[in-house]
Amino acid sequence: MGAGPVGAQLAEFVHAVLPAARRGDFWGPTFEKFGVLIIGVAAFAAVIGLVLFFADRTPKRIRDVVQLTVFVAPALLLLLIGLVYPAVQTIYLAFTDRQGEWVGIDNFVWMFTQQEILRVLGNTLVWVLLVPALSTAIGLAYAVFIDKSAGEKVLKSLVFLPMAISFVGAGIIWRFMYEYRAEGYEQIGLLNQIIVWFGGEPHQFLIESPWNTFFLILVMIWIQTGFAMVLLSAAIKAVPAEIIEASRLDGANAWQQFWNVTVPGIRSTLVVVVTTITIATLKVFDIVRTMTGGNYGTSVVANEMYTQAFNRAEWGQGAALAVVLFIMVLPIIIYNVRVMRKQREIR
Amino acid sequence: MSTTSAPSEAVLDSPLNSKRRQRRRRPDGAADRAKKTLTSKWATAGAIIIAVLWTIPTAGLFITSFRPEEEIEGSGWWTIFSNWGFTFDNYIEVLTTTGASSANLGSYFINSIVVAIPATLFPLVLASLAAYAFAWIKFRFSAAIFIGVFALQIVPLQMALIPLLQIFSGVLGISGTFPAVWIAHTIFGLPLAIFLLHNFIAEIPRDVIEAARVDGANHFQTFFRIVLPLAMPALASFAIFQFLWVWNDLLVALVFSGGGVDVAPLTQRLAELSGNYGRNVHRLPAAAFISIIVPLIVFFSLQRYFVRGLLAGSTKG
Repeated sequence: MGAGPVGAQLAEFVHAVLPAARRGDFWGPTFEKFGVLIIGVAAFAAVIGLVLFFADRTPKRIRDVVQLTVFVAPALLLLLIGLVYPAVQTIYLAFTDRQGEWVGIDNFVWMFTQQEILRVLGNTLVWVLLVPALSTAIGLAYAVFIDKSAGEKVLKSLVFLPMAISFVGAGIIWRFMYEYRAEGYEQIGLLNQIIVWFGGEPHQFLIESPWNTFFLILVMIWIQTGFAMVLLSAAIKAVPAEIIEASRLDGANAWQQFWNVTVPGIRSTLVVVVTTITIATLKVFDIVRTMTGGNYGTSVVANEMYTQAFNRAEWGQGAALAVVLFIMVLPIIIYNVRVMRKQREIR
Repeated sequence: MSTTSAPSEAVLDSPLNSKRRQRRRRPDGAADRAKKTLTSKWATAGAIIIAVLWTIPTAGLFITSFRPEEEIEGSGWWTIFSNWGFTFDNYIEVLTTTGASSANLGSYFINSIVVAIPATLFPLVLASLAAYAFAWIKFRFSAAIFIGVFALQIVPLQMALIPLLQIFSGVLGISGTFPAVWIAHTIFGLPLAIFLLHNFIAEIPRDVIEAARVDGANHFQTFFRIVLPLAMPALASFAIFQFLWVWNDLLVALVFSGGGVDVAPLTQRLAELSGNYGRNVHRLPAAAFISIIVPLIVFFSLQRYFVRGLLAGSTKG
């Protein structure tokens, strides 16, 4: 094994994978799983098909009602059972203990008196302050820099690519960036290697509190910048040429043009980008889970909620944290609904 | 784009709107002017620095995944030329070895596929039906209900996890099976899907729908013969977004899949391997790329739809 010509390695890979795949312990369960897949899809199709078939043949008198029901009822029913009822139930659970006994606001008192949980809330605040601001700023700068340049598409893809990678995958990618080896040993993480090249001593980026939170935040910024960039780039291209032209004739320099013309022109898109990234940041779970597991003082609300509820069976405390998360996104929900109602009135 | 403010409006409204937008976007746009003045050497330098910084982490891990175990643990990927080594061993190991302590990613890969396909199809079908009703069937409270569905998009799914798990394990007894994961993803995908498809379906010209109705078509016929074919771009965008969302999801998988090799998807196994970091240093790069490869293929082959779906759906979860 080890080093060898690429072709030989490829052949070896194929020879190793095929027999392994032929073994019973892979194919048996796999066939079974695809069986479940096919049966599941077929059953779903059959139910939908039958319902449509019979709804189509109901007497004319009640047909309108039946048709409407068939169109909206399945989706609404699922939402009621799977989202609305559980959300209400979670609010109730937030006032109970692990046995389900009513405890009033104890869980919230617990939350705001435990040093550990206060830290979690503080971390979440830091995340929400930094990630939207920095991702949007870097995304905007990059969008302006590459606008109309040669190879704009490729440059866009490079920064947008992390968006396609799962948070778990991104977490692993960055664990290798942050990898630490004691001083004197050869570093295998790029960041520590750079520090060592400049004569510093290596750091355990993910363990040394409180800075470790910032290194987790960096991963989220790495992911979200591409999203901000793509939206803002499209918005910049939609700013009318006449306005820019006018400001140029007025003698505005590039910097003034950017602040006085471009930024106001893309304001609404900026709002969309910032709110969207804010929501994503509030709910961040996977990155913390994969990189530190919430240890070393890096936990955030979404991660702590999971830990309390599903690892420690403290259902009430977990539910209370979920409610806090909900309260934090509530202003954004209200804002969005108001904007949406305005738009529907215009239409 | 600058006229919209709801997150999802911006992207997937109607075929007519996008044409209008294209017309507005002249070659001699705002950006062109900005470029002449802003695009100095500094801007180019800034762009290159950001592009390089954003690419290095992924590229580094990709190179690492093909290095022999002792090289991964002994030297950085940037020394690849002085510590040459190229091997598929890591990929072979994580894909083919089975047993409790090995990565066993082959099985988890299958699980990801079995989870993702129905979890994409089900919400697509149910949401397109509902979206049509909200757009073209008049009924009481339709506007209020629709706004309610829209608001559900942003509600953190953490709000629903505990009671939904109780329903699945207590009432239905399906916790830890594929159907449990499918149903959970279907429910969590519905608000966005309904909203997105409604925006598109509502923009189909009234004449087209009415012509069909005058010809005697009922709602089902109108839906299947007129609306579905016209809504294909929106359906494709949502399908791709939902597929990637499900494929990359960890939280729903952790709660509803039971966590074993029978049902749990790749992300869950990756998170576990990452939890035992020390023992898995040489396996993780290859393992990560096995889970990333499907989204990357989707990304590069369907980037246009992917971008649209992503932009429209980024508030989900």
